[in-house]
Amino acid sequence: MKLNETEIADSYNDVWVLGEIVDGQVHKVTLELLGIARELADKRAVNNSKVVCLLMGSGLKGMETGLFYQSADRVIMVDDESLKFFNDSVYSSVVSRLIKKYKPEILISGATSKGRSLMPLVAVQIETGLTADCTGLDIDKESGLLLQTRPAYGGNIIATIKCENHRPQMSTVRQGVFKAIESDDTRTGELIVESVLEEEKRTRFTVLSEESYGDDSKINLHDANVIVSGGRGVKSAEGFEVIHQLANAVEGAVGATRATIDSGWISYAHQVGQTGLTVQPEIYIACGVSGQIQHLVGMQSSDLIIAINKDPDAPIMQLADVAIVGDLFEVVPEITKLLSN
Amino acid sequence: MKIVVCVKQVPGTTEVSIDPETKRLKREGVSIEMNPFDTYALEQGILLREKHGGEVIVLSMGPQRAELTIRESIACGADSGILLNGRPLGGSDTYATSYILSQAVKKIGDVDLVICGKQAVDGDTAQVGPGMAAHLNWPQVTYVSRFVESGPKELKLERMHESGSDISLVELPAVLTVLKDVNIPRIPTLKGRLNSRKVDITIWNEIDLGTDPEKIGLGGSPTRVVSTRKPDARDKHTIVLNGNASESARELVKILKSRIEL
Ligand SMILES: Cc1cc2nc3c(=O)[nH]c(=O)nc-3n(C[C@H](O)[C@H](O)[C@H](O)COP(=O)(O)OP(=O)(O)OC[C@H]3O[C@@H](n4cnc5c(N)ncnc54)[C@H](O)[C@@H]3O)c2cc1C
Ligand SMILES: Nc1ncnc2c1ncn2[C@@H]1O[C@H](COP(=O)(O)O)[C@@H](O)[C@H]1O
Repeated sequence: MKLNETEIADSYNDVWVLGEIVDGQVHKVTLELLGIARELADKRAVNNSKVVCLLMGSGLKGMETGLFYQSADRVIMVDDESLKFFNDSVYSSVVSRLIKKYKPEILISGATSKGRSLMPLVAVQIETGLTADCTGLDIDKESGLLLQTRPAYGGNIIATIKCENHRPQMSTVRQGVFKAIESDDTRTGELIVESVLEEEKRTRFTVLSEESYGDDSKINLHDANVIVSGGRGVKSAEGFEVIHQLANAVEGAVGATRATIDSGWISYAHQVGQTGLTVQPEIYIACGVSGQIQHLVGMQSSDLIIAINKDPDAPIMQLADVAIVGDLFEVVPEITKLLSN
Repeated sequence: MKIVVCVKQVPGTTEVSIDPETKRLKREGVSIEMNPFDTYALEQGILLREKHGGEVIVLSMGPQRAELTIRESIACGADSGILLNGRPLGGSDTYATSYILSQAVKKIGDVDLVICGKQAVDGDTAQVGPGMAAHLNWPQVTYVSRFVESGPKELKLERMHESGSDISLVELPAVLTVLKDVNIPRIPTLKGRLNSRKVDITIWNEIDLGTDPEKIGLGGSPTRVVSTRKPDARDKHTIVLNGNASESARELVKILKSRIEL
């Protein structure tokens, strides 16, 4: 909401984390966000700010305990059958209503597909700003405002953004940017139970069924510590077998360049880059990838980049921390073999 | 079906840089193109029109030269285009942009469907589509990966998440954002190209749109960019391994094991 004389900024406090449930469990990014929320709330101690986790879904009973261990002072739980599937309409009505009721100063969510669908709806419904895909959050010492840092233009520019006259200050945050704090099972907190109103359930949108990749972490590129990617050098769908085998050996996910998807060797869910996913694993192993800029923008923030390419002058070899000059069909199986022994 | 497709003209991301003096984006000499994600939105609009009849109207907010992107869309098969252009519209964040675009949708009237790309490659926010849904108070379906069934009043769609997918049903009017896997965009025909040169592009400014001056442009934007910088350079030197395959593999495994538990 836009602030005016009667609604001074001071009436907004607390740092809210919009919790996310995946396959019946609290998403990793939610725990990471509780970590940064703790830091932000401590920096806003003047405001007596608390860390609040808003958790929505169905069958959530007991989940608050783990959130208290991860530093939530308060959990607002909305446990309702209508929240079983992710329905943007129902979810956004509930979040917007609760924001108006409790007036948080800051609201953060994971920059997941759900977070990135829900947060912009909510921001407009309650008339405030939203900064997408943040990689840094801090409190400005002087103004007490949230400083939101994010990459734009495919990572070529880093911008810092403020939301001065509207509350809450909202951001979505990339997974893997912040660290969860260590779980402390002596911590407790306050549980508040809220419900979904009947009129909020009447929507023109219905989710009929849901399919989960389950433990197929080979597709879940966001959760992977290691990604093994194949490019055109892999030559064929069968060629990807060596990539899958290495990914298994390192318990990682399989990535791919657009060229391989366009050739039909692997599905779009694996595509990394400008028109695919942006990933930031600890280790990215690019096999038979040339390193065109559209691919690089999706993976260049990985901690350690390894490239395996026949051509020592391929652009990816300049970016890589470790550049292996060689035939991927010789090198990759060799690595897999060594790791499996 | 009356379909509005939102397309944005963006700079080629590979060439973007900051002017060290003004600390602003350098715009001169940078190539421009249609936001690559929007080509899928456009193709989907055309496919739906081919199936259900009706029209595809392309909507773009931007400088005068964004007319080129609209003409390109018409060359591909859109029926008409509207450019939202005016000084006070400049500097809008996603809140203001989605408000302005939704005002245009209201002015067009009787629209059944708004289709946006997944995100624009300059801002990378993916917020304008959902923002329009909120301003219009229409349901949204984001990250659409497949049209399962399409009727004139209702769509059955597949959406993608990181951890899976789902099938949903939405009543029109609605706002969609589509992924690359929904279709393969067509290339303009010669006839389309010729036609696109002749068509008049409608231009609306803030007065035509009847937008609230408090809600547009820099002043109407809740968020403000306070600084920009270049990303920190990767501090690294490249270790090159160019021995035989088994030597390189052994060396690499050592490095891997020093970084993660295997
Ligand atoms: C608007 C737009 C958006 C795009 N978005 C994306 C995107 O999101 N993601 C993406 O990846 N691309 C994207 N692209 C495409 C991108 O420009 C490149 O075409 C693509 O990334 C190249 O894929 P590649 O590296 O697999 O293939 P190539 O460029 O053909 O490279 C293959 C490499 O494999 C090496 N090689 C061959 N055989 C072997 C072997 N046996 N052993 C070892 N090495 C070998 C070769 O030396 C070469 O370097 C986009 C392009 C456009 C125009
Ligand atoms: N200025 C604009 N004019 C027309 N459509 C836009 C504009 N900005 C964003 N869009 C649409 O909204 C989508 C998401 O953009 P963004 O939220 O900026 O990432 C794009 O793919 C376009 O379909």
